[in-house]
Amino acid sequence: MKTQNQRAWFFVLPVLLLVAFNALIPMMTVVNYSVQETFGDNLFFWEGLRWFQEVLQSERFHNALGRQFFFTFMILIIEIPLGIAIALSMPKKGPWVPVCLVLMALPMLIPWNVVGAMWNIFTLPDIGLLGYFLNHTLGISYDMTQDPVAAWVTIIVMDVWHWTSLVVLLSYAGLVSIPNAYYQAAEIDGASNWAVFRFIQLPKMKTVLTIAILLRFMDSFNIYTEPFVLTGGGPGNSTTLLSIDLVKIALGQFDLGPAAAMSLIYFAITLLTSWLFYTLMTRDDNKA
Amino acid sequence: MLGWMAWTWPTALLFVGIFSAIGFLTVLELKFPGGAERVGILRLTTTRGDRLFITLLGTAYIFLAWLGLVGMPLWWPLAISIGWGVFCFWKV
Repeated sequence: MKTQNQRAWFFVLPVLLLVAFNALIPMMTVVNYSVQETFGDNLFFWEGLRWFQEVLQSERFHNALGRQFFFTFMILIIEIPLGIAIALSMPKKGPWVPVCLVLMALPMLIPWNVVGAMWNIFTLPDIGLLGYFLNHTLGISYDMTQDPVAAWVTIIVMDVWHWTSLVVLLSYAGLVSIPNAYYQAAEIDGASNWAVFRFIQLPKMKTVLTIAILLRFMDSFNIYTEPFVLTGGGPGNSTTLLSIDLVKIALGQFDLGPAAAMSLIYFAITLLTSWLFYTLMTRDDNKA
Repeated sequence: MLGWMAWTWPTALLFVGIFSAIGFLTVLELKFPGGAERVGILRLTTTRGDRLFITLLGTAYIFLAWLGLVGMPLWWPLAISIGWGVFCFWKV
């Protein structure tokens, strides 16, 4: 009797249909838009690959892309080590475990636009708790509505506040799954704390860290709501990240063609980076 | 019914091409299961599907790079892309 068949594929069918309607078909429409010009009324004129060329050669796109990469790089380089450090210092058992876990989960439960609004009010120089304290008590000039550096510090700190918990929770899950025998063996060998971290904890956390980095990369690379509510892309264009610029072109200027071309380039970057991360970080697993 | 999607012949052909490539791989997989898995020149374990993905993604980048750095016409990137596809299915 045959014990294996392909019947399980039928169970995937509903998901496939759902993805087709909410991702694949809109994506195909974007591809269609990207080679045409429209002035509304569902009338389209063939433009070929002109929009792609225009977007790729425009300084505005280069700047937005540069800002986007800088933002993602900064939050990854802060959130990943910080998340690991917090996970390492969290208790492994006892009554404080649920307390820590709930506290860590709290920021992630807050909707993105609320996070943006909260940090906006929190950092306003005249009425915000942090803004007032920095400006009027410590005498440090800090105004994220005027100063690009302050705006950048604010959006990075906001993202760290909102999303480090994700890295913490994932790392923590990886840490508690390490059997005690590993630590006992390390103790017998007289391993230092660093050696325990480097040769036991870090390798055991690799899978969850891969997921954490991937999730944080994609989320931060596609970030829109929080910086939009917080700074609106300003002052000037200094915090106009790729998605904010994209929405400005698509909805503000109603340039659907260039916006579609830009979103496809955006998509290609996300796709390649995610694929590279995933392939490089799982390469050794395949060999074993 | 599909008017809102603003179809054009070139983009329709692009999707027909991609979907028929996926369909062809499905037929191949049914006939020869296992995905022709191997460790290629980049020391990556790839199946036929992986090689198609790498080909398509690479092709997108070759065309985008050419458009950004050189511009029209696009015969050279087409030739490079075909070469890239052959390389992917042959060595990667």
